[in-house]
Amino acid sequence: MTTTTLIGEDPGWLILVKGLFIFVFCVVCTLMAVWGERRIVARMQMRLGPNRVGKFGLLQSLADGVKLALKEDLIPAAADKIVFIIAPIISATTCFMAFAVIPFTGKVTLFGHKTAMQLTDLPVSVLYILAIASIGVYGIVLAGWSSGSTYPLLGGLRSSAQVISYEVAMGLSLVAVFIYSGSMSTSEIVAAQHQWWFAVVLFPSFVIYVISMVGETNRAPFDLAEAEGELVGGFHTEYSSLKFALFFLAEYVNIVAVSALATTLFMGGYHALPGLTFTESWLGGWFTLFWFVGKVVAFFFLFVWLRGTLPRLRYDQFMKFGWKVLIPTSLIWILVLATLRVMSQRAVSRLVVFGFSIGVVLLVVLVTTLYDRSVVKAKAAATLPEVPAPNFPVPALPGQNALQGIALEITETADAIELENHNG
Amino acid sequence: MLHHSLHLALTVGRTATPEAVQFWILAPLATLAALGILLVKKAVHSALLMAWVMVTLAIFYIAQDALFLGIVQIVVYTGAVMMLFLFILMLVGVDSSESFVENVKGQRIPSIIAAVGLGGLIVSLLGRATVGSPAVGLAAANVDGNVQGLAKLLFTQYVWAFEVVSALLITAALGAMVLAHSQKVRSPFAQRDLAIARFRKSSLGEAAGLPASGVYARHNAVDVPALLPDGSPAPTSVSQTLRARGDIITSSGFALEHIEEQED
Repeated sequence: MTTTTLIGEDPGWLILVKGLFIFVFCVVCTLMAVWGERRIVARMQMRLGPNRVGKFGLLQSLADGVKLALKEDLIPAAADKIVFIIAPIISATTCFMAFAVIPFTGKVTLFGHKTAMQLTDLPVSVLYILAIASIGVYGIVLAGWSSGSTYPLLGGLRSSAQVISYEVAMGLSLVAVFIYSGSMSTSEIVAAQHQWWFAVVLFPSFVIYVISMVGETNRAPFDLAEAEGELVGGFHTEYSSLKFALFFLAEYVNIVAVSALATTLFMGGYHALPGLTFTESWLGGWFTLFWFVGKVVAFFFLFVWLRGTLPRLRYDQFMKFGWKVLIPTSLIWILVLATLRVMSQRAVSRLVVFGFSIGVVLLVVLVTTLYDRSVVKAKAAATLPEVPAPNFPVPALPGQNALQGIALEITETADAIELENHNG
Repeated sequence: MLHHSLHLALTVGRTATPEAVQFWILAPLATLAALGILLVKKAVHSALLMAWVMVTLAIFYIAQDALFLGIVQIVVYTGAVMMLFLFILMLVGVDSSESFVENVKGQRIPSIIAAVGLGGLIVSLLGRATVGSPAVGLAAANVDGNVQGLAKLLFTQYVWAFEVVSALLITAALGAMVLAHSQKVRSPFAQRDLAIARFRKSSLGEAAGLPASGVYARHNAVDVPALLPDGSPAPTSVSQTLRARGDIITSSGFALEHIEEQED
């Protein structure tokens, strides 16, 4: 019996229980994530981080949440009132919806019912997640527009442009998974990985997905929509109190969602680490939840690590990277992968497959070498304009003798004195 | 077999009644929103209502067992096309509302006739195709799974039409790019070029950037020029835009009066 048919037989109350589980899971994840992020970043910066409220400061986020809720709720006079209120609601509701198709565990028994911890499964589950993400962008855009001031508008436009562009790269990286697993349903993709994780088999896709998931969630080093030095708070500059809290919640739930999707599509989902497969039947199958959460936490740690390590990119560099590097690379990779897939389906001889692979590698090396050479040539060809030497000593420019400048200046001064003497 | 069971799982428990309930809730909402597109004043609001109509359409598609079509409708129309619309609306003018001045004289009546005619044509065509002839063959079409069935049709029977349409779309996109493209007169100054240029000037006075605005200690604002060591205002410290607009406050008002006394 497949997971899908198993889920299909769930009674109504079980579906409600699962929905509640997802909601609680996301909210607790957010609280823990905020605390964890602050602690980890603090450690990376030789600080302590929040350590006062509760054991290890664990309740800090809860205290902050209560404080946030008690703040004054402002709506700017220039704001478009209805849209201003709708925007955070769109953001906060859509971010939870992606979890409906994420398989948290394998087959388990819940209140005497054999089921799997997955709310529902569609033949197009992964596309459904992309669709939900594209509705989530509306929250950001509308928040930026409805605030009625410049910085939020710029921030909103920036982040939606960013999310849309990186969604393309993300979608393309998922195509490889579809080709390889022959399905777009999350449970089948996880089932297809019981032997080899797609992170290994489809390594280039995995790398592209990980980069674009950071871009898609507007996180450092791609957090240009909230660049404090340029845009104050970005799209949520004008928001306060619970409306701001909703955006905050949405950001962290989105991080958990993309991490969960990465786990599901590339890291074997709820499957145990290689060699520990026997643990999957522990606790009547519930131990798989531990593996799933563990992998999600690992991805979250990666997010925090990136934030603690990398400086923010400039906007044009970021967009260039998305459109000119990630998307073409994934297109070429899909082409190669599809060819290999067809070859394996047609049972082409090993020699041909081997020859094709070597050919692709050689072609890539050739093209990149030619590109590098052209860059070097272009650099050599670009000559700097001649300018008069400055009239006071400065450090030498590259390719210029430091003493020459000073010598020139001395002779000039001498000339000037001589001229003055002559005139006098 | 696997896909068949998938399909089965989806249709389990669905009868005509929930679909009817869903229809009678969503259809009036969609119709209201569609009317709203025409009636609301702000362009962004109509774009939003349009997005809502598209989402409800997608839900209808999904209820009609066209799962893939429904999801793609959201990804493509709500996610991409409507989003681009919103982008343009926001960039062009945040609060611009429609003007009712006729640019082309006397086009209103013919265009109303044409619109009504087109609408009538579509309604009569759809009516003739659907009314009185119940839909058949859905189960047969979805027998290998919805996505697989669609893919098979798209890449066998309709591959030519598919390719022609995509070629047409690419041509249109290219055409738009060519029309919108303008030849650059000079190479754009990037941050790097500007930095190099600053250091190549005969004076290094501005190498570290222009002075910041504001008269420190007494007053600090972007429209007040900073003071040079001799007490005179530094005009380069105020942004070019403000200078051109003449929105500069003189800094003399903030000068210390008894500066000479201290010097003595």
